[in-house]
Amino acid sequence: MKKIVILGAGTAGTMVANHLTHLMDLNEWQITIVDEDPIHYYQAGYIFVPFGKATEKQLMKQKKTYLSSKVRMLQTKIELIQPENNKVILQDKTVLDYDFLVIATGCDIYPEETPGLGEHEWGKSIHSFYTLKTAVALEEKIRNFQGGRIVVNVVENPIKCPVAPMEFLMLSDAYFTQKGIRDCVELIYATPNSGAFTKPVASKLIGDMLDRKNIKVEEDFYIEHADPDAKKIISYDERELEYDLLVSIPVNKGADVVGKSGLGDELNFSPVNKSTFLSDKFANIFVLGDAANAPTSKAGSVAHYAVDLFGENFKRYTEGKELEEKFDGHTNCFIESGYGKGVLLDFNYEQEPLPGLFPVPGIGPFALLQESRLNHIGKLSFEWMYWNILMRGRKVPLAPTMTMAGKWTDWEKRFNVA
Amino acid sequence: MASKVLAGKTVEVNEEGFLVNPADWTKEIAAELAKEEGIAELTEAHWKVIDFSRQSAGTTGAAPTLRGITSGSGVSTKELFSLFPKGPAKKVAKIAGLGKPEGCV
Ligand SMILES: Cc1cc2nc3c(=O)[nH]c(=O)nc-3n(C[C@H](O)[C@H](O)[C@H](O)COP(=O)(O)OP(=O)(O)OC[C@H]3O[C@@H](n4cnc5c(N)ncnc54)[C@H](O)[C@@H]3O)c2cc1C
Repeated sequence: MKKIVILGAGTAGTMVANHLTHLMDLNEWQITIVDEDPIHYYQAGYIFVPFGKATEKQLMKQKKTYLSSKVRMLQTKIELIQPENNKVILQDKTVLDYDFLVIATGCDIYPEETPGLGEHEWGKSIHSFYTLKTAVALEEKIRNFQGGRIVVNVVENPIKCPVAPMEFLMLSDAYFTQKGIRDCVELIYATPNSGAFTKPVASKLIGDMLDRKNIKVEEDFYIEHADPDAKKIISYDERELEYDLLVSIPVNKGADVVGKSGLGDELNFSPVNKSTFLSDKFANIFVLGDAANAPTSKAGSVAHYAVDLFGENFKRYTEGKELEEKFDGHTNCFIESGYGKGVLLDFNYEQEPLPGLFPVPGIGPFALLQESRLNHIGKLSFEWMYWNILMRGRKVPLAPTMTMAGKWTDWEKRFNVA
Repeated sequence: MASKVLAGKTVEVNEEGFLVNPADWTKEIAAELAKEEGIAELTEAHWKVIDFSRQSAGTTGAAPTLRGITSGSGVSTKELFSLFPKGPAKKVAKIAGLGKPEGCV
């Protein structure tokens, strides 16, 4: 039997495993997946937790329920990859041999990388929502918040779901307005970017939206350290920002095991070809999802488009054919903007997000880069799609590559922008 | 895409003012781009960072990230911020005639 080993059974790993059971001849191939945590978390739901709109339990499912019974699942920590010998060493001392390895170990937050952040005020005046545990702790803090200044700070890029910090601010605006204390709450977004978003059109339109909601943006803010006692964060260029509540998105790094095995960059993200996900170093290793250094957004929707294209391409490759450079960096993200509305972005490596309609030009039903109620419903239905279609390895009737149809290159005329 | 005259040479730049073709780059162009970014004069310390970035782009084809610069060139983050105030990674990439650093969508 030839062997495929998949490391990580989160969003990308689960989808890959299930796709491959449909595609590969299982009389010839054995598929093994390894993960240390039996729970699969719906991370896109974390944003709702601090506002009491999703519960901890609702976002946790058993990983094995979502994996095909044809996949061998091992629950243990991955200790080391030995790419020269095609071996993976697990914590329980098992050694797995492989013909092909798929790394899908994701990324996680590292508050300890920034002085003052993950210390005695962590969980008190300094919070996060990038893990389920921190999101749950933040819920209590938000519920009891009587007023003051909330600073949301992104420590360093790249981060998972780069729009989540802005969603958090817009949901805070709506939450405190409904609570009747918005006048007493100051909302500040301190970001290392030179604006709300990295691409010009979205940055302008989302920036305008934040402005209308009275959310201030502190641009080009690279935190050097936090002073947890004085309750302020200090940037490398010595700007100081005081806060009553700091909501931090700490440094995001790939899994330690990737770095330890010599397969990572400075942040333990693994260098790959951005169109095929083949490792830059080894011809039988692929890296999918957040673990890769591909310059896409680290998002479940990206992993899904990528995996959709990966399956067939991988199969051809195992038959000795060349990989096709198919993936174009296609990304969708729904941004919750509060009051039951949302904004949708659709873009890829080459094309920045533009206003328009998606997926059907002229019809939608989703509005690109504009607030609408349907976009919010889209975000909510993504949860159902995630569990019932994506994780089951079923195909979504959406093209995995991006199209310009439905995008308004003349948006300035339509919106009457001078 | 627009063209622009920098240090007496007509070059193509994108909407954010980054050179489209890294091959168009010259040291004189770097000095002019630096002025646009509010850096009046490029010192030896600036050049150390710029040279490292062009070298690093040569092997990987992409402008290095902030961490890439600090771990590769030995210049500390603090120093980078005083040399290229505000967004150093972006400023270095621009002055070095490379694209905007990727991976920051
Ligand atoms: C707050 C927040 C909001 C988000 N919102 C959205 C959204 O709206 N839309 C969207 O598309 N995406 C969103 N995302 C991003 C999305 O959740 C991730 O991009 C996606 O889950 C990445 O999938 P992955 O498979 O690469 O990693 P993960 O799903 O994180 O899986 C990695 C797996 O590897 C395992 N693992 C790691 N190291 C080891 C080891 N050494 N041994 C054993 N197992 C290991 C982990 O246990 C984990 O199960 C959001 C993320 C966050 C944090």
